[in-house]
Amino acid sequence: MPKATFRIWRSEGQGSGEFKDYSTEITEGMVVLDAVHQIQAESANDLAVRWNCKAGKCGSCSAEVNGMPKLMCMTRLNTLPLENPVLIEPMQAFPTIRDLVTDVSSNFEHKKRIKAFKPKKPEADGTWRMAQADVDRVQEFRKCIECFLCQDVCHVLRDHHLHDEFVGPRFLVHAAALEMHPLDTEDRTADLKKLHGIGYCNVTKCCTKVCPEGITITDNAIIPLKERVADEFYDPIKKLIQLVVRKR
Amino acid sequence: MPQLEHIHYDVLVIGAGGAGLRAAIEASANGVTCGIVCKSLLGKAHTVMAEGGIAAAMANVDDRDNWKVHFADTMRGGQYLNNPRMAELHAQEAPECVRELEGWGALFDRTADGRILQRNFGGHKYPRLAHVGDRTGLEMIRTLQDAGIHRGVAVHMECAIFSLLKDGDRVVGAFGYEREKGRFLLFSAKAIVIATGGIGRAYSITSNSWEYTGDGQALAYDAGAELMDMEFVQFHPTGMVWPPSVRGILVTEGVRGEGGVLRNSLGKRFMFDDIPANYKASTADNEEEGWRYTQGDKEARRPPELLTRDHVARCIMREVRDGRGGPHGGVYLDISWIKERIANAQEHIKKKLPSMYHQFKQLADIDITSEPMEVGPTTHYVMGGVRVNGDTQMSNVPGLFAAGEVAAGLHGANRLGGNSLSDLLVFGRRAGRCAAEFAKEHGGGKINQADVDAAAARALAPFDRVGGAGPYQVQYQLQKDMQDLVGIVRRQDEMERALEVLKTLKERSAKVGVVGNREYNPGWHTALDLHNLMIVSEAVTLAAIDRKESRGAHFREDYPDKSAEFGKVNTVLKKGPNGEMQLRREPLPELKADLKQIIEEMK
Ligand SMILES: Cc1cc2nc3c(=O)[nH]c(=O)nc-3n(C[C@H](O)[C@H](O)[C@H](O)COP(=O)(O)OP(=O)(O)OC[C@H]3O[C@@H](n4cnc5c(N)ncnc54)[C@H](O)[C@@H]3O)c2cc1C
Ligand code: SF4
Ligand code: SF4
Ligand code: FES
Repeated sequence: MPKATFRIWRSEGQGSGEFKDYSTEITEGMVVLDAVHQIQAESANDLAVRWNCKAGKCGSCSAEVNGMPKLMCMTRLNTLPLENPVLIEPMQAFPTIRDLVTDVSSNFEHKKRIKAFKPKKPEADGTWRMAQADVDRVQEFRKCIECFLCQDVCHVLRDHHLHDEFVGPRFLVHAAALEMHPLDTEDRTADLKKLHGIGYCNVTKCCTKVCPEGITITDNAIIPLKERVADEFYDPIKKLIQLVVRKR
Repeated sequence: MPQLEHIHYDVLVIGAGGAGLRAAIEASANGVTCGIVCKSLLGKAHTVMAEGGIAAAMANVDDRDNWKVHFADTMRGGQYLNNPRMAELHAQEAPECVRELEGWGALFDRTADGRILQRNFGGHKYPRLAHVGDRTGLEMIRTLQDAGIHRGVAVHMECAIFSLLKDGDRVVGAFGYEREKGRFLLFSAKAIVIATGGIGRAYSITSNSWEYTGDGQALAYDAGAELMDMEFVQFHPTGMVWPPSVRGILVTEGVRGEGGVLRNSLGKRFMFDDIPANYKASTADNEEEGWRYTQGDKEARRPPELLTRDHVARCIMREVRDGRGGPHGGVYLDISWIKERIANAQEHIKKKLPSMYHQFKQLADIDITSEPMEVGPTTHYVMGGVRVNGDTQMSNVPGLFAAGEVAAGLHGANRLGGNSLSDLLVFGRRAGRCAAEFAKEHGGGKINQADVDAAAARALAPFDRVGGAGPYQVQYQLQKDMQDLVGIVRRQDEMERALEVLKTLKERSAKVGVVGNREYNPGWHTALDLHNLMIVSEAVTLAAIDRKESRGAHFREDYPDKSAEFGKVNTVLKKGPNGEMQLRREPLPELKADLKQIIEEMK
């Protein structure tokens, strides 16, 4: 059986840590997560890693593989150059708890601050009618598996550490799902500007590129929200967007 | 004791899947304080993986459907070992529970007239599964999670409970740890709801995640609660078989619901060869009729691919055993053939089964819109679990409730697809309400410090056993032995061997040592899980040895037929005074006359 080397970040808590090399056997069809598990069972029993479904459905196994934000369970080894060690690191936008496990609790705090769903009154029979066409748009946003890879690449969070001021792409998607929900009656526009910091997003689209669910985060969620905000408040970015949109 | 945090709630819910979240929301709505603990992050529980849908007789697609038909289907599927009261309540309350989800923001696929769309699934007479493409579980857990955090439920993520604490007969607390720092946690509570899910990690080929180590069953059992129906482990007929690293990952029944067919290596639709007598009248006898059924023709009967899971799994085993399987020990599941029947088949498949499309494309280099998948059975669900009162979900231990996959009763000998998600909602809600009532009626109990100290010492013991067996190796061995000896096809001698093996594995697991420190240490966690896996494995094996017949998911080569005698009893297990596992056959609960009549009418 061929072997490959995995260069994995090992750390005890925040800050300090080092890369360690592990060599393990490779079999057909293996994904990065399989290699990590094999190493864990063979030679690093305490190697910390999150996972659940192993099928790209739960969003637990996010990490950076050769510098790219990925779900480890969906990253096939045959897509990586195995002549060199495969570099596996935790997501860099979040504090590391240990090894590949990061502190993503800020995300759960953001969620709490976004105003909850508030439905309009049901029809006489106690149910609602909605057309599939109106549901489609929001269903795209609701595909989100909360892997937080988009949060990981967004420069506002990753480089500028503005976790307190900016909710980040995942939660703009969440807000969009609520705002565009055919039944919702709540208004989140003022919050988006003041509390959630939508103005920090300068539409670089890095988030859209890494989303494993293929959600068109920027075009379908963020820009329409920005437009709503701009309709209510002045937003310098709006001019830019209008320019971009017109050009296409 | 150092590093011990003490937290109090009126109601403590262990497990944040569909059942736990629904219970917590309900408890909270009933005016008590409520906390919920889960081993993973919030929203990552097994429920997130459910694909096909939620069974509820809303009659949106076929107006002949109603709770009685759903009840009769559930009982037939469970081979009449179900707790009839639970089957009745489940069928009656599921539609309301689905609508409740919609009121909290869930967005199901729609019918042409704008109502919730329902799809066909094995064993359900009419299209009954409310769904969102093939990611219904995600929709459900996200809706419940978001509803929960806005309704005052306190969440403790990445915490595991490893023992329950009692005051006399009654349960009054739970002891566990938080994974990040490895600190111990002590919860005191007036009532506790267990909603920890299943036991699939006792087997090597499984659709279940690392969380499914039977914790709830073992916690309850150790606290004196009875387990029931543990011999009934569902092997889902269609799991991925290739490549090896994805072996066991589920291929939703929705594929067959949308017209997918099973073929052997000769290209034959082998499911037509063996249709059980009690399903003959309702099953198509030709391919044309089966196809019409999947496309919504109300006059047509279902194709045999949609027979109950136990039966389909065994037919697949037979084809493979008799040399008609594929190159990797499976059979072929083909949805791409529908291009012969409908225009735009490729787009249609991607729209209806998006995550299946991606799963095969990314993990197996297979495009399911143009070629068949190779599939085989995978360990999926446990029908058995904590024995509860059908109305309240309380176990025989006062104050201890159970809901969801961890509880027994609703599904009998075999669960119908879609009946789990509805189970979580109906009985999660009931458990939450009854636990809140119990908490209001009873004051707090007293926690015995000696019990806490003992639990802490047990948890830390693996750190002192340097040089012992590795925890993963013991777990792998257990999984392999259970798969080989107490799997889909069972035999007396093999199961007796399993009991021997379990004995030695128990000894080995008592010697397991862990390396590293207490902070987020998966090795330590795996070592602690072994205790639970041993209990549920022994329970499955003992119950399977005792039931000398074949029924539902329990198939014995040495007793291939149903027996009238065993058709009258559930198998109940309880911890004896000396720590030994005791088994008894418990007569089925009485079937009320009106329910009996429904069953007769719909036979
Ligand atoms: C791939 C797949 C597809 C499925 N598709 C369908 C479907 O289409 N329709 C359907 O009806 N059913 C389906 N099922 C079955 C259904 O999803 C599960 O039975 C159901 O989700 C179980 O829900 P639960 O709430 O009981 O437990 P789970 O959702 O598994 O939640 C268990 C919770 O308990 C926690 N926990 C466990 N042990 C401990 C402990 N010791 N301490 C603290 N917390 C603990 C876990 O962290 C988790 O939060 C599917 C299952 C799988 C695997
Ligand atoms: S588009 Fe906005 S949210 Fe997305 S990565 Fe760029 S700045 Fe961040
Ligand atoms: S939007 Fe996409 S990348 Fe962001 S958390 Fe959701 S699934 Fe992950
Ligand atoms: S383990 Fe669930 S997404 Fe990777």
